[in-house]
Amino acid sequence: MLDFAIGNFNNVTYVILMMIGFYAMTGKTNLVKKLVGMNIFQWSIILFIVSLSAKRGATIPIVLGSHDHGETPVIDALQYVNPLPQVLMLTAIVVGLATTGVALALLLQIYKQYGTLEEDELLEKIQTSG
Amino acid sequence: MKYLHLVVTGLTGLLLILGSLDMPATGDPQAPAARHVSPRYIEQSFEETAVPNMVTSVLADYRSFDTLGEVTVIFTGALAVLLILRTGRRDDEKEGL
Amino acid sequence: MINGQQSVVVTRICRLVVPFAQIFGLYVIMHGHSSPGGGFQGGVILASSFMLLAVGDGIEEVRRRFSMLAVTVLTSAGVLIYAGIGVVCLLLGANYLDYGILPVPEPRSLGMLGIEIGVGTTVMAAIVSIFHDLVTFE
Repeated sequence: MLDFAIGNFNNVTYVILMMIGFYAMTGKTNLVKKLVGMNIFQWSIILFIVSLSAKRGATIPIVLGSHDHGETPVIDALQYVNPLPQVLMLTAIVVGLATTGVALALLLQIYKQYGTLEEDELLEKIQTSG
Repeated sequence: MKYLHLVVTGLTGLLLILGSLDMPATGDPQAPAARHVSPRYIEQSFEETAVPNMVTSVLADYRSFDTLGEVTVIFTGALAVLLILRTGRRDDEKEGL
Repeated sequence: MINGQQSVVVTRICRLVVPFAQIFGLYVIMHGHSSPGGGFQGGVILASSFMLLAVGDGIEEVRRRFSMLAVTVLTSAGVLIYAGIGVVCLLLGANYLDYGILPVPEPRSLGMLGIEIGVGTTVMAAIVSIFHDLVTFE
């Protein structure tokens, strides 16, 4: 029971982080807070998938002893951490950067046009002016 | 209801924790994520590509199409911000592009 | 304050750190083969050196040294380098982005270095462009 708890408690941590981001996206009415909530949600998923690549007693996925000239080193798959989830999450991080940049640009234009960033005041102004 | 957000968030969290109880323990070398395709990449990446860093060799050689799409995404993001924020109405100072 | 006056301590420290940050960013891009790093990480470090210069000296100083025309051209040049290496492999007779056919010693390793340079250039120019647009709006 105890080693089950030790082996699986970090999944509970990632779910708690995910739910903090989810509550900020749906429960707050300010647009900047919703954007921060989306960022927290996305980063919790990236951390969760990177944690799937861990291996007990293994080292980073760079081949040891590769600079001795002329001999190819012996590579054992149990000695190195799984590189595949980390590679896919590199792409996800850069996509998150581009999404946050475009969302901030949209927020700047909304503030210039309507003068407010609260969701209910924005809905009133859109309905009375358009 | 005033506390609908909290109730939905708590319910979703409980369902996710219930679903994550079946996952293998963290750091297990016999987990399914480390068994089928991953040992082939670890063992044969150095003799096929002569690059010691396995992450770079998977990212830039075995999966270079995904990295090409990735660079297109970051380029489109910069282009979208340029189109949203530069309206070109400055006629009192000279602006470079 | 990026658009106003900054205190002397912040200005001096930022001017001191910027050249070292740029050399470190170039090192991370070039040594992506044998230490952790690569194109994306080095591009972000290079872009953050320009953002540090903007914090210390103002956005006009960055515009004076690195014009927005050059930033836009570099964004496209990085994608052109990446796709261009693929087309060169196509013209030599193999599949698209199949590095084994390039006429250099250790072709797969050098093909990877070429596309990492392209990726680093695009990421650096894209982040500097987004930062400049967000700061100088109105």
